[in-house]
Amino acid sequence: MADALLTLSGVLIFFGILFSVARLAIGPTVVDRVVAVDMLTVITIALIALYAHISGRFIYVDVALVYGLLSFLAVLAIARYLERGL
Amino acid sequence: MTDIAIREIIGSLVVLLGAFFLFSAGLGVLRMPDAYTRIQAGTKATTLGNLLVLLGLGIHNPDWALKLLLIAGFVLMTNPVSSHALSRAAHRIGIPMARSTVTDALRDDEQREAERRNDSADASSGTDTDTRADGGRA
Repeated sequence: MADALLTLSGVLIFFGILFSVARLAIGPTVVDRVVAVDMLTVITIALIALYAHISGRFIYVDVALVYGLLSFLAVLAIARYLERGL
Repeated sequence: MTDIAIREIIGSLVVLLGAFFLFSAGLGVLRMPDAYTRIQAGTKATTLGNLLVLLGLGIHNPDWALKLLLIAGFVLMTNPVSSHALSRAAHRIGIPMARSTVTDALRDDEQREAERRNDSADASSGTDTDTRADGGRA
């Protein structure tokens, strides 16, 4: 029961990533693509934590933590670059 | 034994709810009409979905709860910052809005600010140079 629910949530997260990658591919402006990348990072944090639970290895949660620490800097740097150059 | 099973099912349901929010965020990013609404749909729904997934995993195995709470707090801090910086940059470089947009409050604010600055510069240009000269001497 619990495993089936977790598998179903994995499928839902997969479709979220699929839609986001579609927006990343077809986004008409650069801001749309950056939004898609930002969304992908946040979804990936949740997915890494879910995989850490499924595989039963606590150490993968650290990977999610470091990814969350580093990923938002890219969006801030791109936003600053768009606003007034680096 | 049954206690653990009930806890696992509740945690899985919360994870499923969070995964549904992540899915709907992807749907909103794909379907919304312009960049600003895509920022709004993509950021808020992913924040809530991420928090719910982490909460469900914390219900599943409570000994991970502290580190999951750390991740949740960090997502809660950084996600609004990045989306705000991004939407401000989009407005600054003039990304077009959808045709059904009713009002643009930031543009009105900037116009009002520019008018006010022009008025004050016209009214007090002489006193401005005087105070600046005083400050230089002092």
